[in-house]
Formats: sequence, structure tokens, C-alpha cells
Amino acid sequence: MQIKHAGCYRVAVVMVLGMLACHTNTRPPVPGWPEHFGFGKTATARQIDSLNISIAPDGKGLPAGSGNAVAGKAIYLAKCAACHGETGAEPTPNRLVATLHDTARTKTIGNYWPYATTVFDYIRRAMPFNAPGSLTDEEVYSLTAFLLYRNEIISDTLQLNAVNLPLIEMPARKYYVNDDRHGGNEVK
Amino acid sequence: MMEDKNKPAKKIPRRTMLRAAAVSAAAALMGAARVQRAPGAGVLTDTAMGKTPYADPTRITGTLPGKLGTRSPFEQPEKKPSDISSRTPLQELYGIITPSDLHFERSHAGVPLIHPDKYELLIHGMVERPMIFTLRDLKRFPAVSRIAFIECSGNFRSGKETMTPQEICGLTSQSEWTGVMLSTLFREVGVHPKATWFLAEGSDAAVMTRSIPVEKGWKDAMIAYGQNGEAIRPEQGYPARLFLPGWEGNTNVKWIRRIELSDQPFMTREETSKYTETIRDHKIRQFSFDMDARSIITYPSFPQQVEKGWIEIRGIAWSGRGKIDSVDISTDAGKHWAKAVLQEPVMDKAHTCFRYLWYWDGKPTEIMSLAVDDTGYRQPTLKQLVEARGTDMGGYHVNPVTAWVLKADGTVLFKPEKWK
Repeated sequence: MQIKHAGCYRVAVVMVLGMLACHTNTRPPVPGWPEHFGFGKTATARQIDSLNISIAPDGKGLPAGSGNAVAGKAIYLAKCAACHGETGAEPTPNRLVATLHDTARTKTIGNYWPYATTVFDYIRRAMPFNAPGSLTDEEVYSLTAFLLYRNEIISDTLQLNAVNLPLIEMPARKYYVNDDRHGGNEVK
Repeated sequence: MMEDKNKPAKKIPRRTMLRAAAVSAAAALMGAARVQRAPGAGVLTDTAMGKTPYADPTRITGTLPGKLGTRSPFEQPEKKPSDISSRTPLQELYGIITPSDLHFERSHAGVPLIHPDKYELLIHGMVERPMIFTLRDLKRFPAVSRIAFIECSGNFRSGKETMTPQEICGLTSQSEWTGVMLSTLFREVGVHPKATWFLAEGSDAAVMTRSIPVEKGWKDAMIAYGQNGEAIRPEQGYPARLFLPGWEGNTNVKWIRRIELSDQPFMTREETSKYTETIRDHKIRQFSFDMDARSIITYPSFPQQVEKGWIEIRGIAWSGRGKIDSVDISTDAGKHWAKAVLQEPVMDKAHTCFRYLWYWDGKPTEIMSLAVDDTGYRQPTLKQLVEARGTDMGGYHVNPVTAWVLKADGTVLFKPEKWK
């Protein structure tokens, strides 16, 4: 289901872009330069798919599969606890668990991360530190569920998937603002 | 300020490497009886090894021409590594170019080994023609060179008097970068006008990613493959990296393998849980790209020793927003200020050398520098930063005026200030 859905979406995006391309131009060419140098090769859909692991905060890019906190706990203990502590709330520099109301000053998923999709994306691309890229999508969903559960954001029974993960509201999201420094004679 | 990671697996190779480097350095010195530099002709003195005397260099044939140059065995500037970064010895450098092997390092899962023949850069997403460029392809496009700094935004350490410029703010370095403008590649793939962001992804073990506004890509972004006249160093992103002049180091994604054009930022880990800073009212400031103006006096600084009399105060100043307009110097703990001389070239978004000739009467005092850039921004004091951002301010983009205390005995000490 998920794969089909993603595929349809991709086709739709390509169509929309194709239509818009007819009406639009990018930037003016550099005088004396050709419109295209012709260096490089067109990327095939297969080549793009093999590299494209992006996940957007609206969930675009999330793979099929699902997982829950119970399954996640077992994986966490086996593959993550060595650096992050048995519960994730230990006072290590790699602490992952603390709610907004916790007195801990460490930045954690519960008190600092603004998007739940980022948890999935980061675990999948970079963890565990000694074997990055080794987890299955199911394992990543399970670990994400476990960490969100431990941070009191979801229940331990929620089966996390591509549909409900981006809908999760993260506690710290409301604090995020865009950079307002602009140079000039002010300190911000 | 920056995350710590337990990296037991990485520590061993690093130590092993250091040991190997120490052994080869010692071997080089053993064979350095014919070094070509002498402090005084015919005078026997200890060499850099400590106790090995060497003879009058005018009476011994020197080292013959070789394939690679060497540093004098008497000059041993070194980066200062931690588990996650390594710092440039600012206090040991001259001029504005950081020797490539002393350029600061920051990586999130170590330095990858990438074969240049296997390297590919994919550009896709909201483009007319998704394309793959090999390293050879990238080098065929019109090239550009530019001298500019790269600075990590987590570049302020404090806490004790015995800290060097390297320890306080050694996560800034400058190179001449050569590569292809990203705008050239954007034209080649036909970036959609509604694309507002692009994702830059590295091919290190962290597959590190940042979202960058497309406008920066059109303006002055580069895919750099050259550094100071040679191929970019592995620690700096070999064979190719993103180079965003003036923007926080982390956005200059190294070992870049993929650029995806989009109409929204991806909210990656590095632009949410890291490289954001808490400011007043519990707010968290995000996408703080520009590096604000800053300066540091590198002479005199800890651990140097000075004498009463003429002292040329020296240092570097830089701004991610433009050129350095001026550097003000105080030699009386901030009561009076005078303008330093700026060494040409004064370049956009580049380290700029400043100098100020001063006669020290030998009385204890504090010296400090304050950079002003061409937007009119004045480098703030730590107090001003805390006033603006609150006592809970985060560790990124902290660029305070830095003071050195000169003691009557000529000792120079950093002046750490309380922050929290």
C-alpha cells in the first residue's frame, strides 16, 4: 500500500513539474555561455530511488512498514543502550529522554526536537553509530516508537507508520522561530 | 555546545594513527642532521629533538630536492583534536590562508574514504532534468576560485585562563576554494522556479544533511573540489563539498553526493536538534545561517610571554555578512579604543589580518579587539549577547569580544567571563 502510494505521488509530481516547466524559466543565462554544457548524465528513476532517502516533515519519503514501542525496546536495549543508557534518560551526553517538565538541561527528543519525522530519518541514516545503515525500516519505526513513547509523546501500543508519524505533534515545536539576525547595528 | 558521542570504535584508530605519526616524525628528525635552518652559524645548539647537536650547516651538504616539501623540524604547529572536531592553531599562523593540513575539522561519523572515479553528485527533485555528475564532469564546467573562511557555529569555548586562541575559537579556517558555482549546475539541471530549498547530503557514515535556501545556491554557493591549489583534503570533503561563503560550517556539507530541490526544508537532525540556539522566552532560533562578525587577538595571547616595550598586537577578523570595515583595539580594558591597521586584501566573508602597534609600559592591563563589518554590525561583548538572548542562550553563534590579561611579569592569560 505504502509503496504504491509513494509511486503515484512521484508520478504526479513529475507531471506537475513537467507542465510548469513549459511556462517557466530559471535564471538568465550567463552571456557567452551555452544554455547547457551537456556535461553529466540524465539520472534514471532507478538511480534516484537508490539514493533518495529524504523524509520531509509532512511525511513525504517515509517508507512502508510499521513498528511499536514494545518491539522498539528490545532493539534499543540490544543496539542503542550502550551509548544512550538503558532507558535513554541517563545523564549521558547522548541522553534521548526528558520531557518539557523535566529539570534536565540536556536537549532531548521530548524537550527539543520539533518534528517526529526527524527521529526516523536520523536513526535510519546514521544509527547505530558503530553500524550505520544496518537497521531495517521496521526496526527504525519500532525504535522511533520506543523513543517517542519514552518521551511521553505516544502510547506504547501505537503502531507507528508512514501515515501517523508525521501527524505527531512534538512538544518543543511551538518554541521554534526563524533566525532574525540581519547584521547592522544590533545584537540579536 | 556541540554534541558528544561515544565513539569507542573510532578512538583506537585515532590513537594508533597518532602513534604512527609520532614515530615517523621522530624518524624524520633523526635524519634531519642536515636541516637547512640554523639559529646562528657554527653555533652548536639543541635541535628540535632536544639534545641532538648539529654542526655548522655551511659545512654539510643539505637535503637534496625531493618530491614533497616539509616543514622545518623546528616548526610543529598542530591541530587540537577531540572526539568530534579538531582545532586550527590560530596563534601559530601568519597571514590569512590556513595551511590545508591545519584546517579545522568537524565530522559526524569520521572522514570517509571516497574513490574519485566512483564519486557522483546527483541533483534531482524540483528540476527539469535530474542529473548525475562525475568528478570529471564537475571539473569540465567553468571554474571559480574564492578565498573565504569556513567557521563552525559552535565556536566559542571559555572557562579558564589558560586557553589559547585555538582552544577558544579554533574552529575557523580559511582556504582558497576552487570549484564550479552551484548556479552553473542549477542551470544545467533547470531548477524549478518554485523550488525554495535544497537538501545537501554527504556520503559519510552519518549521511549528513542540511536544508539550504535555493537563493543561496543561486547567489554564491560552490561545489568545491580544490583547496589551496590542490585537491580538497579528505578532512575537508574530498573529492567535493558544498561551500557556502559566510554560512555556518555545518551547512558546507562535505563529501556531497546528493542535492534535492524542494519547496520545503526537510527539518533534518542537524537543523533542528543541533545547530539551533535557545534565546529569550524559551524560543529556539533555527536556520541561523550567517556567521556574525568576530575577531581574536592571536598575539599576544596565551601561552605567549611578552616584555615591556613595543608590541605589535596582531590578530584576525572576519564576518559572514561581508567585509571587515574596521577593527577597534583597546589596551586599557575597554576604556579607550583605537583603530587597527587592516592588512590588504580585505575580502568579502574572509579572514582579515589586523595589526596595532602599541608601547606597553609593563603595567598589568587587558587588551581586546572588536570587529565591525560593512553592514555596521559591531562585535558584541558576552554581556551584550546574554542581554539579547538571555542567560539560557545556546552555544551556537557566540562571537564575543575576547580579552587577554597582561600580567606584570609578561604572562598573557585569557579572561574568561561568567555566562550562566
